[in-house]
Amino acid sequence: MTDLEQFRAETRAWLEANCPAECRGPMADDEMIWGGRNPTFKTPAHKLWLERMGARGWTAPEWPAEYGGGGLSREEAKVLASELRRIKAQPALASFGVWMLGPALLAFGTEEQKKRFLPEIVRGEIRWCQGYSEPGAGSDLASIQTKADDKGDHWIVNGQKIWTSYADKADWIFCLVRTDPEAPKHLGISFVLFDMKTPGVTTRPITLISGKSPFCETFFDDVRVEKENLVGTLNRGWDVAKYLLAHERTMIGAMGEVGGGRPVGQVVLDAIGADEAGRLDEPMLRARIADLEIDAAAFRLAMERVGDQVKAKQAHPAIASMLKYYGSELNKRRHELLMAAGGADALEWEGERSHDGKAARDWLRTKANSIEGGTSEVQLNIIAKHLLQLPGA
Amino acid sequence: MPLILTEEQTMLQDAADGFLIEQAPIAHLRKLRDERDADGVSRDLWRAFGEMGFAGVIIPEALGGMGLGAVEAGVIAESLGRTLTPSPYLGSSILSAKVLIDGGSQVQQAWLPRIAAGEAILSLAVDEGAKHAPSRITTRAERAGNGFKLNGAKAFVLDGHVADALIVVATADEGTTLFLVDPATAGVAVERTVMVDAHNAARITLSDVALDADAVIGAVGDGEVLVDGALNLGRACAASSLTGAGDQAFKTTMDYLRTRKQFGKLIGEFQALQHRAAHLFSELELARAATIGAQIALDEGREDAPLAASIAKAKAGRVAELAVQEAVQMHGGVGMTDEFDVGLFMKRVRVLNELLGDAGFHAERVARAQGF
Repeated sequence: MTDLEQFRAETRAWLEANCPAECRGPMADDEMIWGGRNPTFKTPAHKLWLERMGARGWTAPEWPAEYGGGGLSREEAKVLASELRRIKAQPALASFGVWMLGPALLAFGTEEQKKRFLPEIVRGEIRWCQGYSEPGAGSDLASIQTKADDKGDHWIVNGQKIWTSYADKADWIFCLVRTDPEAPKHLGISFVLFDMKTPGVTTRPITLISGKSPFCETFFDDVRVEKENLVGTLNRGWDVAKYLLAHERTMIGAMGEVGGGRPVGQVVLDAIGADEAGRLDEPMLRARIADLEIDAAAFRLAMERVGDQVKAKQAHPAIASMLKYYGSELNKRRHELLMAAGGADALEWEGERSHDGKAARDWLRTKANSIEGGTSEVQLNIIAKHLLQLPGA
Repeated sequence: MPLILTEEQTMLQDAADGFLIEQAPIAHLRKLRDERDADGVSRDLWRAFGEMGFAGVIIPEALGGMGLGAVEAGVIAESLGRTLTPSPYLGSSILSAKVLIDGGSQVQQAWLPRIAAGEAILSLAVDEGAKHAPSRITTRAERAGNGFKLNGAKAFVLDGHVADALIVVATADEGTTLFLVDPATAGVAVERTVMVDAHNAARITLSDVALDADAVIGAVGDGEVLVDGALNLGRACAASSLTGAGDQAFKTTMDYLRTRKQFGKLIGEFQALQHRAAHLFSELELARAATIGAQIALDEGREDAPLAASIAKAKAGRVAELAVQEAVQMHGGVGMTDEFDVGLFMKRVRVLNELLGDAGFHAERVARAQGF
């Protein structure tokens, strides 16, 4: 038995003993475990699942153990991921800290910042939000105007952010602010961290077409930010942001994986029924679903391949834009198909038959996938410029 | 197993690319086509392929081959896709060799060293109608005396017109059965068919073809597993050729976007074309991942390898189809001329798409495998 096989056996046994039954199988929205200073858990089992995984650092399996992570190698992390998939385990933690800020801190943070922030991210004790986009700085992120005035040992921050995911529920924010108004566009920006409870911070939810409000407007009025909470170099926050965006784009691309429990075709077959030969009784829909499954399988392999290329130091950083672009467009296709499959039942906005319009709300939500984190068009621009080196891009 | 080539595989890729660019660039195809070469493939090139070890890539070392796997076979197939080279490789080194390796008798396996040397050309005869349908074989094998009598017709037999031996898939009372057939046998009629891409296939008619019992490959009635093994590997390699052709058409087109001027600008500056190019880049990345993923699954003998091969063939087919159409479109008027190579890529991809099942055929397999 190889080390990896032994790790698999041990992991399987541990997960069997420690992943509660309530945390397996398809996940409803209210089962998402966000953690935070004032966490809400669907059941005590969900709280337990987070505590157990957090204690092992398996909410961030590849992060160094010294910062609370799992300390696993890439191969071990793959084994863990496949074992979690095998038992259909729900994610123990949904966290912008794990997905975005953590990798940025590992790359750019001071030792003090890593020791302070990473362990509590891993345990799910602090919920983070991202303060990037502004009303005048959407896809053109480098146009940010939120200003940080130098006051010696701290800054005073004034400005506004928009599309801040779950800002009204977050404990802390990682934020792009302009620290040098005179510098060229991409310079003069700094990456800072501060508590959302700091006086002067207010939030206002934005209702989407899906009827939900995951995004907020966030306002900063004379907010005090300590200088020790600068990540990376002063006025070089764009480097941190780009690094973090690459992780965000990879994460959004991975969303194609989130609902990946059962093939769409089987879900639809259960709903619509089969013909005499056992095939989905909607041949044109069946063909579209088969094509989707082919693309989804190829996309999963492409993500795996990028991971292998990163490990072998063969990957171009901008490849993340390809994953973000393709994954988000793929997820939109999936939900268009699910709506087509659901027919009239899926169109009901309320009531039990449609689970209060769940399919429709999910479908509407996916329209944001190709916009958030940089629109599909921006990703295509990045691919054209950096990967294809086309002129004038 | 990581979804990237190892150092050795990369060296093989460089060797195959280098060899073909020097020995058989696209001009090689044009020459064979324009001179209406009787064979349509170069015997000299095939022998050189043998000397390089490419022809025997999956054949065991004991039988004169390199003893390598599906990934290596795909690497060579991809290079052939880039240069559009007419070669017996797919029919001989992949499909036929796979059948003989898995099921050939000692006498039948004597063909393997000859394939590895680039001397013998063999072909697997499966298809009968316009579409690939290996589960619906109507060619009959009836017992006659101590042997069999074959009746039926085969289509799309790769390089069948110059084959030294044919592997014919037929249906006996006991089930699918494979036969090694000398094309000179009485009752075998071979018609060369030059395809749209200037590669060659053949239509074979079998009329009361009398064969001895030792013509059977494997066991009577047990041919299905042999055919499936060959088809899975063949599909994964065809996916590599498609990826190679699609990627080469793409690269040629990107060079053109950086060179061609209209409206006072390089056309590569226009965002309308940039976004299509960027989308195509993304699709090619997925096709490549699916293809190497399938080949690794085959090498590891994984249960899901046949499904992976279908995903790869479908994805590579769709992507290459898009790549060559974009190539012609983005080249503008010159894309429509025979002088420019992009049109040749469009023709080749069309043939490779149809070979061993098109995207629709494989999407059906995916749907069945996933239970819907």
